[in-house]
Amino acid sequence: MTGPTKPINPRGTKYDRVEFPVFEFPVVGKARYNYTTGEALGRFLAGLKEGKILGTYCNKCGRVFVPPRMYCSYCFREVDGWVEARDEGVVNTAVMSYISATRARLERPVAVGVIKLDVPGYQFDDHFFPGLMHYICGASEDDVKSMKIFGARVKARWKPPEQRTGSITDIECFEVARP
Amino acid sequence: MTSRNINFKHRVAVVSAGMTLFRSRMLETPQELAWLAAKQALDEAGLTLKDIDCVVIGSAPDAFDGVHMKGEYLAEGAGGIHKPTIRVFVGGATGVFVPIAAWWHVASGLCKKVLVVAEEKMSHAAKPHTQYVFRYIWDPIVEKPLNPNLIWIFAMEMHRYMYKCGVKKEDIALVSVKNKRNACGHPSAQLCMPNITVDDVLKSEVLVWPVQLLDISPTSDGAVALVLASEEEARRITDTPVWIKGVGWTLDTTHWTNRDLAYPEYVRRAAEMAYRMAGIDNPRKQIDVAEPYDPFDYKELHHMEGLGLARKCEAPVLTREGVTQRDGDLPINPSGGLLGVGNPIAAAGLMKVAEIFWQIRGEAGARQVKKPVYTGLAQAWGDLMQAGTVIVMGI
Repeated sequence: MTGPTKPINPRGTKYDRVEFPVFEFPVVGKARYNYTTGEALGRFLAGLKEGKILGTYCNKCGRVFVPPRMYCSYCFREVDGWVEARDEGVVNTAVMSYISATRARLERPVAVGVIKLDVPGYQFDDHFFPGLMHYICGASEDDVKSMKIFGARVKARWKPPEQRTGSITDIECFEVARP
Repeated sequence: MTSRNINFKHRVAVVSAGMTLFRSRMLETPQELAWLAAKQALDEAGLTLKDIDCVVIGSAPDAFDGVHMKGEYLAEGAGGIHKPTIRVFVGGATGVFVPIAAWWHVASGLCKKVLVVAEEKMSHAAKPHTQYVFRYIWDPIVEKPLNPNLIWIFAMEMHRYMYKCGVKKEDIALVSVKNKRNACGHPSAQLCMPNITVDDVLKSEVLVWPVQLLDISPTSDGAVALVLASEEEARRITDTPVWIKGVGWTLDTTHWTNRDLAYPEYVRRAAEMAYRMAGIDNPRKQIDVAEPYDPFDYKELHHMEGLGLARKCEAPVLTREGVTQRDGDLPINPSGGLLGVGNPIAAAGLMKVAEIFWQIRGEAGARQVKKPVYTGLAQAWGDLMQAGTVIVMGI
Protein backbone atom coordinates (compact mmCIF):
# COMPACT_ATOMS: atom_id res chain seq x y z
CA MET A 1 0.00 0.00 0.00
CA THR A 2 2.93 2.37 0.10
CA GLY A 3 3.10 4.82 -2.77
CA PRO A 4 4.97 8.09 -3.08
CA THR A 5 5.43 10.11 0.08
CA LYS A 6 3.18 13.15 0.31
CA PRO A 7 3.70 16.01 0.80
CA ILE A 8 6.60 16.14 -1.61
CA ASN A 9 9.35 18.59 -0.63
CA PRO A 10 7.22 20.72 1.67
CA ARG A 11 8.49 24.28 1.42
CA GLY A 12 9.14 26.72 4.22
CA THR A 13 12.34 28.05 5.67
CA LYS A 14 13.45 27.87 9.23
CA TYR A 15 15.37 30.85 10.46
CA ASP A 16 17.88 31.25 13.20
CA ARG A 17 16.84 33.81 15.77
CA VAL A 18 20.33 35.28 15.87
CA GLU A 19 20.90 35.66 12.16
CA PHE A 20 17.56 36.82 10.88
CA PRO A 21 16.33 40.33 11.67
CA VAL A 22 12.88 40.51 13.21
CA PHE A 23 10.65 43.51 13.46
CA GLU A 24 9.69 44.04 17.07
CA PHE A 25 6.52 45.89 17.89
CA PRO A 26 5.80 46.32 21.58
CA VAL A 27 2.36 47.14 22.93
CA VAL A 28 2.42 50.91 23.26
CA GLY A 29 1.08 52.42 26.47
CA LYS A 30 -0.96 50.43 28.95
CA ALA A 31 -3.91 48.75 27.28
CA ARG A 32 -6.48 47.83 29.94
CA TYR A 33 -9.96 46.37 29.81
CA ASN A 34 -12.94 47.29 31.95
CA TYR A 35 -14.97 44.08 31.96
CA THR A 36 -18.68 44.32 32.67
CA THR A 37 -19.60 42.11 35.61
CA GLY A 38 -23.17 41.69 34.39
CA GLU A 39 -26.27 40.75 36.40
CA ALA A 40 -25.30 37.35 37.75
CA LEU A 41 -21.58 37.80 38.31
CA GLY A 42 -22.12 41.32 39.68
CA ARG A 43 -24.20 39.90 42.50
CA PHE A 44 -21.74 37.01 42.92
CA LEU A 45 -18.83 39.43 43.40
CA ALA A 46 -20.87 41.54 45.85
CA GLY A 47 -21.55 38.31 47.77
CA LEU A 48 -17.84 37.51 47.96
CA LYS A 49 -17.26 40.89 49.56
CA GLU A 50 -19.66 39.81 52.32
CA GLY A 51 -18.01 36.42 52.64
CA LYS A 52 -20.73 34.51 50.77
CA ILE A 53 -20.54 32.26 47.72
CA LEU A 54 -23.77 32.77 45.78
CA GLY A 55 -25.28 30.70 43.03
CA THR A 56 -28.48 30.39 41.03
CA TYR A 57 -30.77 27.43 40.37
CA CYS A 58 -33.14 26.20 37.72
CA ASN A 59 -36.25 24.35 38.95
CA LYS A 60 -36.90 22.79 35.57
CA CYS A 61 -33.68 20.76 35.33
CA GLY A 62 -32.60 21.03 38.96
CA ARG A 63 -29.14 22.41 38.17
CA VAL A 64 -27.36 24.75 40.58
CA PHE A 65 -24.97 27.21 38.98
CA VAL A 66 -21.81 28.42 40.70
CA PRO A 67 -20.45 30.66 39.17
CA PRO A 68 -24.03 31.92 38.75
CA ARG A 69 -25.83 32.60 35.46
CA MET A 70 -28.99 34.70 35.13
CA TYR A 71 -30.38 32.11 32.67
CA CYS A 72 -30.29 28.32 32.63
CA SER A 73 -28.17 27.61 29.58
CA TYR A 74 -29.67 24.09 29.29
CA CYS A 75 -33.40 24.95 29.54
CA PHE A 76 -32.83 28.42 28.06
CA ARG A 77 -35.09 30.13 30.55
CA GLU A 78 -34.55 32.54 33.41
CA VAL A 79 -33.24 30.95 36.60
CA ASP A 80 -35.70 30.60 39.48
CA GLY A 81 -33.66 32.22 42.19
CA TRP A 82 -30.52 32.47 44.27
CA VAL A 83 -28.90 30.01 46.70
CA GLU A 84 -25.96 30.36 49.01
CA ALA A 85 -23.31 27.67 48.69
CA ARG A 86 -21.26 26.78 51.76
CA ASP A 87 -17.68 27.98 51.58
CA GLU A 88 -16.68 24.33 51.83
CA GLY A 89 -16.46 21.43 49.45
CA VAL A 90 -14.30 18.64 48.10
CA VAL A 91 -11.40 18.68 45.67
CA ASN A 92 -12.55 17.44 42.27
CA THR A 93 -9.16 17.76 40.59
CA ALA A 94 -5.86 19.35 41.59
CA VAL A 95 -2.49 20.09 40.03
CA MET A 96 0.84 21.56 41.10
CA SER A 97 2.06 24.51 39.04
CA TYR A 98 5.81 25.04 38.77
CA ILE A 99 5.50 27.90 36.28
CA SER A 100 3.97 31.38 36.30
CA ALA A 101 1.51 32.88 33.83
CA THR A 102 4.47 33.95 31.71
CA ARG A 103 6.02 30.47 31.92
CA ALA A 104 8.79 31.65 34.26
CA ARG A 105 9.92 29.03 36.79
CA LEU A 106 8.28 29.60 40.20
CA GLU A 107 10.44 29.53 43.31
CA ARG A 108 7.78 27.56 45.15
CA PRO A 109 5.14 25.54 43.32
CA VAL A 110 1.47 26.31 43.96
CA ALA A 111 -1.46 23.91 44.09
CA VAL A 112 -4.60 24.77 42.14
CA GLY A 113 -7.73 22.81 41.47
CA VAL A 114 -11.47 22.65 41.03
CA ILE A 115 -13.53 22.70 44.22
CA LYS A 116 -16.94 21.02 44.11
CA LEU A 117 -18.99 23.11 46.55
CA ASP A 118 -21.63 22.00 49.04
CA VAL A 119 -25.07 23.58 48.75
CA PRO A 120 -27.40 22.70 51.65
CA GLY A 121 -30.45 20.81 50.45
CA TYR A 122 -28.89 19.66 47.16
CA GLN A 123 -26.98 16.56 46.07
CA PHE A 124 -24.64 16.55 43.07
CA ASP A 125 -22.97 13.84 41.03
CA ASP A 126 -19.79 14.36 39.01
CA HIS A 127 -21.70 15.09 35.83
CA PHE A 128 -22.73 18.66 36.74
CA PHE A 129 -21.99 20.46 39.98
CA PRO A 130 -21.32 23.92 41.47
CA GLY A 131 -17.56 24.34 41.12
CA LEU A 132 -14.86 26.98 41.26
CA MET A 133 -11.23 26.99 40.24
CA HIS A 134 -8.97 28.24 43.01
CA TYR A 135 -5.70 27.86 44.85
CA ILE A 136 -5.48 25.03 47.35
CA CYS A 137 -3.43 25.76 50.44
CA GLY A 138 -2.06 23.35 52.97
CA ALA A 139 -1.42 20.66 50.34
CA SER A 140 2.08 19.28 49.91
CA GLU A 141 3.58 18.34 46.55
CA ASP A 142 3.16 14.72 47.57
CA ASP A 143 -0.53 15.21 48.45
CA VAL A 144 -1.14 16.38 44.89
CA LYS A 145 1.20 13.98 43.07
CA SER A 146 -0.12 10.93 44.94
CA MET A 147 -3.71 12.11 44.28
CA LYS A 148 -4.43 11.88 48.02
CA ILE A 149 -5.86 15.36 47.67
CA PHE A 150 -8.70 14.16 45.42
CA GLY A 151 -11.91 14.06 47.42
CA ALA A 152 -10.33 15.90 50.35
CA ARG A 153 -12.53 18.40 52.20
CA VAL A 154 -11.49 22.03 51.86
CA LYS A 155 -12.77 25.30 53.30
CA ALA A 156 -12.35 28.85 51.97
CA ARG A 157 -9.75 31.05 53.69
CA TRP A 158 -11.20 34.55 53.37
CA LYS A 159 -9.32 37.82 53.36
CA PRO A 160 -10.23 40.12 56.28
CA PRO A 161 -13.48 41.98 55.41
CA GLU A 162 -11.75 45.38 55.08
CA GLN A 163 -9.37 44.01 52.43
CA ARG A 164 -12.07 42.50 50.21
CA THR A 165 -12.72 44.19 46.89
CA GLY A 166 -15.48 42.07 45.37
CA SER A 167 -13.21 39.70 43.47
CA ILE A 168 -12.58 35.96 43.32
CA THR A 169 -9.34 36.81 45.14
CA ASP A 170 -11.38 37.82 48.25
CA ILE A 171 -10.94 34.12 48.89
CA GLU A 172 -7.21 33.63 49.36
CA CYS A 173 -7.40 29.90 48.79
CA PHE A 174 -9.27 26.76 49.77
CA GLU A 175 -7.57 25.23 52.76
CA VAL A 176 -7.36 21.49 53.31
CA ALA A 177 -9.32 20.55 56.43
CA ARG A 178 -7.10 18.54 58.76
CA PRO A 179 -8.96 16.08 61.00
CA MET B 1 -29.54 14.93 21.21
CA THR B 2 -27.69 13.84 18.08
CA SER B 3 -28.19 16.09 15.13
CA ARG B 4 -30.74 14.90 12.60
CA ASN B 5 -29.50 17.41 10.08
CA ILE B 6 -28.02 15.18 7.41
CA ASN B 7 -29.76 16.49 4.34
CA PHE B 8 -27.43 17.70 1.62
CA LYS B 9 -27.44 17.99 -2.15
CA HIS B 10 -23.97 16.94 -3.24
CA ARG B 11 -21.37 14.41 -2.20
CA VAL B 12 -18.07 16.14 -1.48
CA ALA B 13 -14.55 14.88 -2.15
CA VAL B 14 -11.05 15.94 -1.21
CA VAL B 15 -9.01 15.97 -4.42
CA SER B 16 -5.64 17.33 -3.32
CA ALA B 17 -3.60 18.52 -0.36
CA GLY B 18 -0.56 20.72 0.26
CA MET B 19 1.52 21.37 3.34
CA THR B 20 4.53 23.44 4.41
CA LEU B 21 7.23 22.47 6.83
CA PHE B 22 6.21 22.74 10.48
CA ARG B 23 8.91 24.58 12.40
CA SER B 24 9.22 26.67 15.53
CA ARG B 25 10.35 29.80 13.67
CA MET B 26 9.80 30.24 9.97
CA LEU B 27 11.14 32.90 7.68
CA GLU B 28 7.84 33.30 5.81
CA THR B 29 5.01 35.59 6.89
CA PRO B 30 1.60 34.02 7.63
CA GLN B 31 0.42 35.09 4.16
CA GLU B 32 3.46 33.52 2.52
CA LEU B 33 2.96 30.27 4.42
CA ALA B 34 -0.69 30.18 3.37
CA TRP B 35 0.35 30.73 -0.24
CA LEU B 36 2.94 27.95 -0.19
CA ALA B 37 0.40 25.40 1.01
CA ALA B 38 -2.43 26.67 -1.22
CA LYS B 39 -0.25 26.65 -4.34
CA GLN B 40 0.85 23.08 -3.64
CA ALA B 41 -2.75 21.91 -3.30
CA LEU B 42 -3.81 23.70 -6.51
CA ASP B 43 -0.83 22.31 -8.46
CA GLU B 44 -1.52 18.80 -7.30
CA ALA B 45 -5.13 19.06 -8.46
CA GLY B 46 -3.97 20.57 -11.77
CA LEU B 47 -6.04 23.68 -11.07
CA THR B 48 -5.36 27.39 -10.98
CA LEU B 49 -6.99 29.96 -8.73
CA LYS B 50 -9.40 30.81 -11.57
CA ASP B 51 -11.01 27.38 -11.15
CA ILE B 52 -11.81 27.99 -7.49
CA ASP B 53 -15.30 29.22 -6.57
CA CYS B 54 -14.95 29.87 -2.83
CA VAL B 55 -12.20 30.03 -0.22
CA VAL B 56 -12.44 28.92 3.40
CA ILE B 57 -9.68 30.03 5.76
CA GLY B 58 -8.96 28.69 9.22
CA SER B 59 -6.77 30.25 11.85
CA ALA B 60 -6.90 30.16 15.64
CA PRO B 61 -6.50 33.18 17.99
CA ASP B 62 -5.57 36.46 16.30
CA ALA B 63 -3.26 37.11 19.23
CA PHE B 64 -0.68 34.61 17.97
CA ASP B 65 0.00 36.33 14.69
CA GLY B 66 -0.42 39.68 16.44
CA VAL B 67 -2.79 40.70 13.65
CA HIS B 68 -6.46 41.39 14.29
CA MET B 69 -9.01 40.16 11.69
CA LYS B 70 -6.66 37.49 10.53
CA GLY B 71 -9.06 36.07 7.96
CA GLU B 72 -8.97 39.29 6.01
CA TYR B 73 -5.21 39.53 6.48
CA LEU B 74 -4.62 35.97 5.23
CA ALA B 75 -7.12 36.18 2.36
CA GLU B 76 -4.53 37.33 -0.15
CA GLY B 77 -2.09 34.49 0.52
CA ALA B 78 -4.96 32.02 0.67
CA GLY B 79 -6.27 33.00 -2.77
CA GLY B 80 -9.39 34.68 -1.42
CA ILE B 81 -9.29 37.98 -3.31
CA HIS B 82 -12.52 38.76 -5.23
CA LYS B 83 -14.12 35.48 -4.16
CA PRO B 84 -16.63 34.50 -1.50
CA THR B 85 -14.16 34.04 1.34
CA ILE B 86 -14.74 33.27 4.99
CA ARG B 87 -12.62 32.50 8.01
CA VAL B 88 -13.87 30.04 10.60
CA PHE B 89 -12.52 29.87 14.11
CA VAL B 90 -13.18 27.54 17.04
CA GLY B 91 -9.80 27.61 18.77
CA GLY B 92 -7.87 24.36 18.49
CA ALA B 93 -10.83 22.68 16.83
CA THR B 94 -10.46 25.06 13.87
CA GLY B 95 -8.23 22.78 11.80
CA VAL B 96 -10.96 20.19 11.32
CA PHE B 97 -13.69 22.84 11.22
CA VAL B 98 -12.21 24.41 8.04
CA PRO B 99 -12.91 21.37 5.83
CA ILE B 100 -16.31 21.02 7.55
CA ALA B 101 -17.19 24.60 6.60
CA ALA B 102 -15.85 23.97 3.09
CA TRP B 103 -17.93 20.77 2.99
CA TRP B 104 -21.18 22.66 3.57
CA HIS B 105 -20.20 25.18 0.85
CA VAL B 106 -20.04 22.28 -1.63
CA ALA B 107 -22.73 20.00 -0.17
CA SER B 108 -25.28 22.80 -0.36
CA GLY B 109 -24.56 23.36 -4.03
CA LEU B 110 -23.28 26.90 -3.44
CA CYS B 111 -19.72 26.23 -4.66
CA LYS B 112 -18.24 23.45 -6.78
CA LYS B 113 -14.55 23.77 -5.98
CA VAL B 114 -13.33 25.22 -2.72
CA LEU B 115 -9.82 26.04 -1.59
CA VAL B 116 -9.35 25.26 2.10
CA VAL B 117 -6.41 26.88 3.89
CA ALA B 118 -5.33 26.74 7.54
CA GLU B 119 -2.35 28.69 8.85
CA GLU B 120 -0.80 29.50 12.20
CA LYS B 121 2.35 31.28 13.24
CA MET B 122 2.82 30.94 16.97
CA SER B 123 6.35 32.29 17.13
CA HIS B 124 5.39 35.93 16.61
CA ALA B 125 4.13 36.16 20.19
CA ALA B 126 7.66 36.03 21.49
CA LYS B 127 7.67 38.06 24.70
CA PRO B 128 7.42 37.20 27.49
CA HIS B 129 6.31 33.82 26.08
CA THR B 130 3.86 32.37 23.56
CA GLN B 131 1.98 31.03 26.60
CA TYR B 132 1.10 34.52 27.70
CA VAL B 133 -1.36 35.26 24.89
CA PHE B 134 -3.49 32.35 26.08
CA ARG B 135 -4.33 34.55 29.06
CA TYR B 136 -7.28 35.94 27.13
CA ILE B 137 -9.14 32.66 26.82
CA TRP B 138 -9.88 32.52 30.57
CA ASP B 139 -13.04 33.98 32.07
CA PRO B 140 -12.07 37.59 32.78
CA ILE B 141 -14.00 37.82 36.06
CA VAL B 142 -13.79 34.53 37.95
CA GLU B 143 -10.59 33.04 36.53
CA LYS B 144 -8.13 35.60 35.20
CA PRO B 145 -7.57 37.35 38.57
CA LEU B 146 -5.98 34.07 39.76
CA ASN B 147 -3.20 34.64 37.22
CA PRO B 148 -3.55 31.31 35.45
CA ASN B 149 -1.25 29.63 32.98
CA LEU B 150 -2.98 27.79 30.15
CA ILE B 151 -1.35 24.50 31.10
CA TRP B 152 -3.27 24.54 34.40
CA ILE B 153 -6.47 23.55 32.75
CA PHE B 154 -4.99 20.65 30.80
CA ALA B 155 -3.14 19.43 33.85
CA MET B 156 -6.45 19.48 35.75
CA GLU B 157 -8.15 17.50 33.01
CA MET B 158 -5.26 15.04 32.73
CA HIS B 159 -5.09 14.49 36.48
CA ARG B 160 -8.86 13.98 36.72
CA TYR B 161 -8.68 11.44 33.89
CA MET B 162 -5.76 9.65 35.60
CA TYR B 163 -7.70 9.61 38.89
CA LYS B 164 -10.98 8.40 37.44
CA CYS B 165 -9.43 5.74 35.19
CA GLY B 166 -6.48 4.76 37.37
CA VAL B 167 -3.99 5.62 34.63
CA LYS B 168 -0.28 5.93 35.37
CA LYS B 169 1.99 8.57 33.87
CA GLU B 170 4.06 5.78 32.29
CA ASP B 171 1.06 4.73 30.22
CA ILE B 172 0.37 8.27 29.07
CA ALA B 173 4.03 8.83 28.17
CA LEU B 174 3.76 5.90 25.75
CA VAL B 175 1.64 8.12 23.49
CA SER B 176 4.34 10.78 23.35
CA VAL B 177 6.95 8.12 22.60
CA LYS B 178 4.85 6.54 19.84
CA ASN B 179 4.01 9.84 18.13
CA LYS B 180 7.47 11.40 18.33
CA ARG B 181 8.89 8.19 16.83
CA ASN B 182 6.18 8.06 14.13
CA ALA B 183 7.06 11.63 13.13
CA CYS B 184 10.39 10.43 11.80
CA GLY B 185 8.61 9.25 8.65
CA HIS B 186 7.12 12.68 7.97
CA PRO B 187 8.88 15.10 5.61
CA SER B 188 7.34 18.15 7.35
CA ALA B 189 7.93 17.05 10.94
CA GLN B 190 9.39 19.38 13.52
CA LEU B 191 10.24 16.73 16.11
CA CYS B 192 11.58 13.35 15.12
CA MET B 193 12.93 11.48 18.13
CA PRO B 194 13.68 7.92 17.00
CA ASN B 195 15.18 6.88 20.32
CA ILE B 196 12.88 8.62 22.79
CA THR B 197 11.79 6.48 25.74
CA VAL B 198 9.14 6.65 28.46
CA ASP B 199 11.95 7.51 30.84
CA ASP B 200 12.86 10.63 28.81
CA VAL B 201 9.27 11.87 29.09
CA LEU B 202 9.11 11.18 32.82
CA LYS B 203 12.41 12.98 33.38
CA SER B 204 11.57 16.08 31.34
CA GLU B 205 10.90 19.43 33.02
CA VAL B 206 7.78 19.43 35.20
CA LEU B 207 5.60 22.38 34.15
CA VAL B 208 2.28 21.86 35.89
CA TRP B 209 2.10 18.43 37.49
CA PRO B 210 1.15 16.01 35.94
CA VAL B 211 2.13 17.80 32.69
CA GLN B 212 5.83 17.69 31.76
CA LEU B 213 7.64 19.24 28.83
CA LEU B 214 7.63 16.11 26.65
CA ASP B 215 3.91 15.55 27.31
CA ILE B 216 3.24 18.65 25.18
CA SER B 217 3.48 19.35 21.48
CA PRO B 218 5.89 22.11 20.42
CA THR B 219 4.85 25.62 19.35
CA SER B 220 5.08 25.87 15.58
CA ASP B 221 4.54 27.84 12.39
CA GLY B 222 3.02 26.22 9.34
CA ALA B 223 0.18 25.96 6.85
CA VAL B 224 -1.88 23.22 5.18
CA ALA B 225 -4.34 23.41 2.27
CA LEU B 226 -6.89 21.15 0.57
CA VAL B 227 -9.05 21.38 -2.51
CA LEU B 228 -12.63 20.13 -2.06
CA ALA B 229 -14.91 19.47 -5.00
CA SER B 230 -18.42 18.28 -5.79
CA GLU B 231 -18.77 14.75 -7.16
CA GLU B 232 -19.00 15.81 -10.81
CA GLU B 233 -15.94 18.06 -10.58
CA ALA B 234 -13.97 15.62 -8.46
CA ARG B 235 -14.32 12.87 -11.08
CA ARG B 236 -12.88 15.25 -13.68
CA ILE B 237 -9.94 16.25 -11.49
CA THR B 238 -8.77 12.87 -10.23
CA ASP B 239 -9.30 9.12 -10.55
CA THR B 240 -8.94 8.71 -6.80
CA PRO B 241 -11.09 11.22 -4.94
CA VAL B 242 -11.44 10.71 -1.20
CA TRP B 243 -15.02 11.24 -0.06
CA ILE B 244 -16.06 13.14 3.01
CA LYS B 245 -18.54 10.68 4.48
CA GLY B 246 -19.53 12.43 7.65
CA VAL B 247 -18.92 15.63 9.57
CA GLY B 248 -19.80 16.61 13.11
CA TRP B 249 -19.18 19.51 15.43
CA THR B 250 -20.37 20.63 18.85
CA LEU B 251 -19.68 23.25 21.45
CA ASP B 252 -19.89 22.74 25.22
CA THR B 253 -20.08 25.47 27.88
CA THR B 254 -17.10 27.58 28.92
CA HIS B 255 -18.10 26.85 32.53
CA TRP B 256 -15.67 23.94 32.61
CA THR B 257 -15.45 23.91 36.43
CA ASN B 258 -19.04 22.61 36.55
CA ARG B 259 -18.48 19.30 34.78
CA ASP B 260 -16.45 16.14 34.97
CA LEU B 261 -13.28 16.54 32.95
CA ALA B 262 -12.56 12.80 32.81
CA TYR B 263 -14.59 12.22 29.65
CA PRO B 264 -14.82 14.49 26.57
CA GLU B 265 -18.55 14.98 25.94
CA TYR B 266 -17.78 17.54 23.24
CA VAL B 267 -16.04 14.86 21.18
CA ARG B 268 -18.70 12.20 21.75
CA ARG B 269 -21.48 14.42 20.47
CA ALA B 270 -19.50 15.59 17.43
CA ALA B 271 -18.53 11.98 16.65
CA GLU B 272 -22.14 10.79 16.92
CA MET B 273 -23.17 13.35 14.36
CA ALA B 274 -20.38 12.39 11.96
CA TYR B 275 -20.94 8.64 12.43
CA ARG B 276 -24.65 8.93 11.80
CA MET B 277 -23.96 10.74 8.53
CA ALA B 278 -21.30 8.22 7.53
CA GLY B 279 -23.42 5.20 8.50
CA ILE B 280 -20.97 4.03 11.14
CA ASP B 281 -22.36 2.13 14.10
CA ASN B 282 -19.21 0.38 15.32
CA PRO B 283 -16.30 2.84 14.98
CA ARG B 284 -13.80 0.45 16.57
CA LYS B 285 -14.36 -2.00 13.68
CA GLN B 286 -15.24 0.38 10.86
CA ILE B 287 -12.50 3.00 11.22
CA ASP B 288 -9.20 1.74 9.76
CA VAL B 289 -6.97 4.62 10.84
CA ALA B 290 -7.54 7.70 13.00
CA GLU B 291 -5.84 10.99 13.66
CA PRO B 292 -7.32 12.24 16.94
CA TYR B 293 -6.08 15.58 18.26
CA ASP B 294 -2.99 15.17 20.43
CA PRO B 295 -1.54 18.52 21.59
CA PHE B 296 -0.97 16.70 24.90
CA ASP B 297 -0.28 12.97 25.10
CA TYR B 298 -3.25 12.21 27.40
CA LYS B 299 -5.51 13.95 24.88
CA GLU B 300 -5.02 11.15 22.35
CA LEU B 301 -6.34 8.64 24.91
CA HIS B 302 -9.13 10.93 26.05
CA HIS B 303 -10.23 11.56 22.47
CA MET B 304 -10.06 7.88 21.46
CA GLU B 305 -12.61 7.26 24.19
CA GLY B 306 -14.79 10.19 23.16
CA LEU B 307 -14.70 8.93 19.56
CA GLY B 308 -15.79 5.46 20.62
CA LEU B 309 -12.52 3.95 19.33
CA ALA B 310 -11.98 2.68 22.86
CA ARG B 311 -14.35 2.15 25.77
CA LYS B 312 -14.10 4.52 28.75
CA CYS B 313 -10.68 4.13 30.40
CA GLU B 314 -9.64 1.52 27.80
CA ALA B 315 -7.41 3.68 25.56
CA PRO B 316 -4.30 3.35 27.77
CA VAL B 317 -4.68 -0.44 27.65
CA LEU B 318 -4.89 -0.45 23.85
CA THR B 319 -1.83 1.79 23.70
CA ARG B 320 0.19 -0.43 26.02
CA GLU B 321 -0.74 -3.50 23.97
CA GLY B 322 0.53 -1.86 20.77
CA VAL B 323 -2.91 -1.74 19.11
CA THR B 324 -2.42 1.96 18.27
CA GLN B 325 1.02 1.55 16.67
CA ARG B 326 1.42 2.22 12.97
CA ASP B 327 1.44 -1.54 12.31
CA GLY B 328 -1.23 -2.24 14.93
CA ASP B 329 -4.84 -3.24 14.58
CA LEU B 330 -6.06 0.35 15.04
CA PRO B 331 -3.28 2.78 14.03
CA ILE B 332 -3.65 6.09 15.86
CA ASN B 333 -1.71 9.15 14.68
CA PRO B 334 0.63 7.25 12.33
CA SER B 335 1.74 10.68 11.04
CA GLY B 336 3.31 11.57 14.38
CA GLY B 337 0.44 13.89 15.26
CA LEU B 338 0.91 17.23 16.93
CA LEU B 339 3.37 15.74 19.40
CA GLY B 340 5.72 14.87 16.56
CA VAL B 341 4.86 16.79 13.39
CA GLY B 342 4.20 19.98 15.34
CA ASN B 343 1.34 22.19 16.49
CA PRO B 344 0.65 25.28 14.38
CA ILE B 345 -2.87 25.19 15.86
CA ALA B 346 -5.31 25.42 12.93
CA ALA B 347 -2.78 24.01 10.45
CA ALA B 348 -2.15 21.05 12.77
CA GLY B 349 -5.83 20.09 12.67
CA LEU B 350 -5.98 20.35 8.89
CA MET B 351 -2.75 18.35 8.68
CA LYS B 352 -4.69 15.47 10.24
CA VAL B 353 -7.31 15.65 7.51
CA ALA B 354 -4.55 15.77 4.87
CA GLU B 355 -2.91 12.73 6.49
CA ILE B 356 -6.12 10.72 6.28
CA PHE B 357 -6.39 11.78 2.61
CA TRP B 358 -2.84 10.51 1.96
CA GLN B 359 -3.42 7.31 3.96
CA ILE B 360 -6.56 6.46 2.00
CA ARG B 361 -4.78 7.12 -1.31
CA GLY B 362 -1.78 5.03 -0.21
CA GLU B 363 0.52 8.04 -0.58
CA ALA B 364 1.80 8.34 2.97
CA GLY B 365 5.15 6.69 2.18
CA ALA B 366 6.97 5.70 5.35
CA ARG B 367 3.92 6.67 7.40
CA GLN B 368 1.58 4.38 5.48
CA VAL B 369 -0.16 2.00 7.88
CA LYS B 370 0.32 -1.70 7.30
CA LYS B 371 -3.32 -2.61 6.74
CA PRO B 372 -5.60 -1.52 3.91
CA VAL B 373 -7.34 1.78 4.60
CA TYR B 374 -10.92 2.26 3.45
CA THR B 375 -12.19 4.62 6.13
CA GLY B 376 -10.29 7.16 8.23
CA LEU B 377 -11.13 9.77 10.81
CA ALA B 378 -9.64 13.11 11.88
CA GLN B 379 -10.67 15.06 14.95
CA ALA B 380 -9.73 18.29 16.69
CA TRP B 381 -10.67 19.98 19.92
CA GLY B 382 -10.42 23.54 21.14
CA ASP B 383 -10.95 26.23 23.73
CA LEU B 384 -11.79 25.50 27.38
CA MET B 385 -12.62 21.78 26.90
CA GLN B 386 -15.55 22.72 24.73
CA ALA B 387 -15.26 22.60 20.92
CA GLY B 388 -15.23 19.24 19.13
CA THR B 389 -14.89 18.71 15.37
CA VAL B 390 -14.87 15.33 13.60
CA ILE B 391 -14.57 14.31 9.96
CA VAL B 392 -14.91 10.79 8.51
CA MET B 393 -13.43 10.12 5.08
CA GLY B 394 -13.40 7.08 2.84
CA ILE B 395 -13.13 5.69 -0.67
